Amino acid sequence: MTRAVVRFDTGGDLPAPNVDMTATLSTFEMPSPILTASGCAAAGRELDQFFDITRLGAMVTKSIMMEPRSGRATPRIAETPSGMLNSIGLQGPGVHAFLEQDLAWLRERGARVIVSIAGGTTQEYEDLAKILRTQEGIDAIEVNISCPNVADRGQVFACRADSAAGVVASVRRSSDPSIPILAKLSPDVTDLATIAVACERAGADGLTLINTTLGVVVDTDTMRPALAGITGGLSGPAIKPIAVRCIWQVREVLPDIPILGVGGVRSGLDALELILAGANAVSVGTTVFRDPSAPLRIHTELAVALAARGFERLSDAVSFAHREPDLDAVEVDEPEVPEWL
Amino acid sequence: MPIQTRGEVVTVRRAGAYSVLTITAPGVPELTRPGHFAALAIGDLNTSGLLLRRAFSIHGVQSRGIYGGTIDLVISDVGEGTHWLLQRRRGDAVDIIAPLGRPFALPREPVSCTLVGGGYGSAPLFMLAEQLRERGCRVDIVLGAATEQRLFGVLEAKRSATTVTITTEDGSAGERGRVTDQLEMVMERAGSEVVYACGPMGMLAAVSELAQVRGAYSQCAVEESMACGIGVCMSCVIPVIGDDGITRMVRSCVEGPVFRGERVRWDDIGTVPADTLGAPTAGGH
Repeated sequence: MTRAVVRFDTGGDLPAPNVDMTATLSTFEMPSPILTASGCAAAGRELDQFFDITRLGAMVTKSIMMEPRSGRATPRIAETPSGMLNSIGLQGPGVHAFLEQDLAWLRERGARVIVSIAGGTTQEYEDLAKILRTQEGIDAIEVNISCPNVADRGQVFACRADSAAGVVASVRRSSDPSIPILAKLSPDVTDLATIAVACERAGADGLTLINTTLGVVVDTDTMRPALAGITGGLSGPAIKPIAVRCIWQVREVLPDIPILGVGGVRSGLDALELILAGANAVSVGTTVFRDPSAPLRIHTELAVALAARGFERLSDAVSFAHREPDLDAVEVDEPEVPEWL
Repeated sequence: MPIQTRGEVVTVRRAGAYSVLTITAPGVPELTRPGHFAALAIGDLNTSGLLLRRAFSIHGVQSRGIYGGTIDLVISDVGEGTHWLLQRRRGDAVDIIAPLGRPFALPREPVSCTLVGGGYGSAPLFMLAEQLRERGCRVDIVLGAATEQRLFGVLEAKRSATTVTITTEDGSAGERGRVTDQLEMVMERAGSEVVYACGPMGMLAAVSELAQVRGAYSQCAVEESMACGIGVCMSCVIPVIGDDGITRMVRSCVEGPVFRGERVRWDDIGTVPADTLGAPTAGGH
């Protein structure tokens, strides 16, 4: 296996430390562990104005459905302390326009691509997977199962182990076997570990943890909910501890499953925190709204933070917070006895 | 292509109920056209609890001078973010992305143009007036606000327009009433063929309708709340009719903020009209 050591020219003060930043999600190997997050980067064109998106681990595209979709009415966002609430409603052009316009552009641009798919029925996910199977230039598929299940009174697929696993199994069955499938899970469940295990058994090659967590903001001037959709997904630094908790819990029960960590990352140390808890790679989401050039900065900050902690490879830091307590003692050298004693 | 840069505050000065922030933004003035906007981060990029950028239309630019390139933004102290911005002093840093959006389209012929501003929505109109006059266009300006304090740019308007009409809802300056009460008369007198407008949605809807009735073109800059300003968050959408006659929810930040008035479904803003491409069917989404 070739291990490319990629150094980024940040144009800033930070040295580019000699840390192997290669990240892998199942069979998908990337020169950087920093990715965008679905729904926070459209399909890459906008961010490519601010930095070279081919330097990302991968672009994770906005969730695509079979048909064009208008999304919800406005207001769609509300600012919250260190976060934001959104209720966009999966606005998108439909899979065919996505392939012709967005995927074609990403391929031409030479970006690594994880395509996020969403559906209202298990059949829709399966149909999307079959269409994507005919396409070149897809490195992995992320299955956004935080969508209302039409057949289950609008309960989201991610809320139940059986419905989550059902979607994952059908996407896995219908996709190119060489393309990894990541299931993106919701933190809004009673027992995340059970759902994660069910997805893994259903054939998920990895998990994306986490999607937004539900919230409501009431506008104290209008004295009504601030969002047209009433409830919205909370994202941003406010949810980072929830992301770390979810990654931690799943890593405890699935020591080897690839995890793409997402939730509140805005610095290299934030990314490191998710990695130490068990993430193999990290998506930068809401932070991009604030700082579109953040992903490359976070890559460099992470490399510096890893070097400062003595890591030569990013992969050695994955799940490091789960190590046995006595490992710390083993690593400490015997204190040298001063000569004068 | 927009520039992301760490701007330095040059001045913050009062202008009636508003403040004008002048901030360095090297390279931005040369790229800026009337109608472009800037998106400012609130607080330190890495630690602030206010995550969303605030968008302001660019009021003026200076490409030379001792500060290098600077831009002027008109800010109303209405919330935590704008309040923080207006507490900045000379030399303070603010992360800025500009120029953003689709600017006003300028006529090729020297036609008569009427510019309408509501409140500090008038901010981009003076740069526009200057460029229209350079093209030989007649420029008439109508400014309106709730009170005299909330008017912006009356003096600037007088410098750049053939006629200036002022309206206030309380009658504290100019004619009592709204800009649209005077607009028809101004357009009639000036023989306006194009109306440029910036202000609240209700005003834009009325201006757009009046222009259409009179057979004039209208270019309306919308004020829609945004999270990113660069086209990735999908929060600033409004229903707009495309060249193919189909209504889509389009992003004000990249496909606007300037729209042809007759293309915007003003009465449906805040909703998804049933005939929008991909609109929810029974059961919603």
